[in-house]
Amino acid sequence: MSTSGVDDAIRPDGIVAERRLHPVTPFRRAWAPVAVITGWAVHDPNQAQEQLTRLTTTMLLGGLAVLVAAGSLYGFLTWWFTYFAVTESELRIRTGLLFRRTAHIRLERIQAVDVTQPLLARVAGVAKLRIDVVGTDKKDELAFLGQGEARRLRAELLARAAGFAPETAHEVGEAPAHELMRVPPAKLALALVLTGATWGSLAAALVVPPFLWLATHSVWTVLATALPLLGAAATASVGRFVSEYDWTLAESPDGLRIDHGLLDRTHETVPPGRVQTVRIVAPLLWRPLRWVRVELDVAGSENSVLVPVAPRAVAESVVARVLAGVTVPGELSRPPRRARWCVPLWWRGHGLAVTDAVFAARHGLLRRKLSLVPHAKVQSVRVTQGPWGRLWRLADVHVDTGANKTVTARLRDVQEAAALLREQAERSRTGRRSARPDRWMA
Amino acid sequence: METGSAAGAETTGTEPVWTGLPPGLLRMRRLLLVVWLGLTALAVGLLLGLLAGPAWAAFALLPLAVLAWGWVLLGRNWRSWRYAERADDLLISRGVLWHEETVVPYGRMQLVEVTSGPVERHFGLASVQLHTAAAATDATIPGLEPAEAERLRDRLTELGEARSAGL
Repeated sequence: MSTSGVDDAIRPDGIVAERRLHPVTPFRRAWAPVAVITGWAVHDPNQAQEQLTRLTTTMLLGGLAVLVAAGSLYGFLTWWFTYFAVTESELRIRTGLLFRRTAHIRLERIQAVDVTQPLLARVAGVAKLRIDVVGTDKKDELAFLGQGEARRLRAELLARAAGFAPETAHEVGEAPAHELMRVPPAKLALALVLTGATWGSLAAALVVPPFLWLATHSVWTVLATALPLLGAAATASVGRFVSEYDWTLAESPDGLRIDHGLLDRTHETVPPGRVQTVRIVAPLLWRPLRWVRVELDVAGSENSVLVPVAPRAVAESVVARVLAGVTVPGELSRPPRRARWCVPLWWRGHGLAVTDAVFAARHGLLRRKLSLVPHAKVQSVRVTQGPWGRLWRLADVHVDTGANKTVTARLRDVQEAAALLREQAERSRTGRRSARPDRWMA
Repeated sequence: METGSAAGAETTGTEPVWTGLPPGLLRMRRLLLVVWLGLTALAVGLLLGLLAGPAWAAFALLPLAVLAWGWVLLGRNWRSWRYAERADDLLISRGVLWHEETVVPYGRMQLVEVTSGPVERHFGLASVQLHTAAAATDATIPGLEPAEAERLRDRLTELGEARSAGL
């Protein structure tokens, strides 16, 4: 568990070298007051105009100068009072000017390490380092560090988390990575064109505003709805392309490396044995091409895409690398025929397969989602049955995992479900025995 | 390991040893039901009888019907609750119409909680709640006697430590 919390008795151990963030950091906060004013002006243009006419130019400039100075001072102070240190077992982040706060992040509990570089940070040559631990705050990220320093720190954190001795952790350096796959831009573009969400949001953005115009004849209403809709359409198409551009997946002893992004670059590392569930999603229009999207869940991490688009065979080989020793089951058993009285038509989309290594459940008729849970990651198993299900002697089997995701095999025969419940508890116990330790190199 | 089979299965092998809930919980729930619905019935009967005429007071039968129905329902619900401590996991089975059966391996428990609200305390009851790393895990055993709740908590903690595993 992460043990981030407030601690007023900080013991500088003498040996632990505390470091500051990159000196560029204060500038990202300096713009906050300007942004607030701009936001207010955009939000309420009429009143902003009224207020503006009342002010003289000198007053305006003076006010702006004061705000920028105050913002800079605030930025500088927060930077000055933020330290971080890597000790043998934890990463310590000390922040706060008035309210001191120290986050202790246990290294062996690291679920993922991300180095992200927003566009401006790339220009300035700095990067943000984010450590995912179950229960971490948004605050527990190191923004910003020098590019080189971020990479070194990531390597050091991972080396220490892996269980290398603290003296050697410095020298271990970046673990060598070997590329598993790379998504070409043309393929990504085609995949997005074949996605329903892209067209759905675009259609909404083109159809709704004219209708609103006919109904209300008010420019403001139309603009107020059209702009968010257009924004949503842009994020669903161009935004996704930009963020998933040049998606590279590599494997290293430190775990999986996921690098992506056209403008904002993100480099994520998922250490071995952290993946809780893997989902293979096959949207309707991709199925003739046999393309799939692979998503994964890591406890405490926001990112969920592993591969934005890949041929099924490649995706399955990637899944085999991510979940060691797992082969994606090809044949799934459907619910019994009488399930059509519970879920007409869509009952055919449900399926279940249990192998020695994973619990795999599929749902969806058009957009097929196959979720895989390694037995070692099962937290609890539940069987539920409603009155209608009882009539047809059907029950649902739920498998809960640590990433707060539940994988459900719906509409199984009652006796099968009861047997599954019993066997799954057994398997999750034996599966855990063979699981790798938290410190994977130790 | 032969630790038994789940309930509801038309059983093969050894059954787990199920423990039901003590009658205290049923008593408490029924008492609360009678008090609240009795008061409602009284209020409805009096108000309507005085304000709208004696015939309207018949509406007071409505809460009484609900009371009778709830009485039976509570009994059935109480009987459906049971739990079994097996060698490596805890089984909880509950619900009549919406039946749910949960298995939590001891090694997966992050925290065991014993809670007792003011009403529960008055009736000498406590509930034990198990938390795993998955928030969806809903493993609560309500209405235990405090001694039993504490015994269960200690045993679960002990077993959890012995079989502890990470995420």
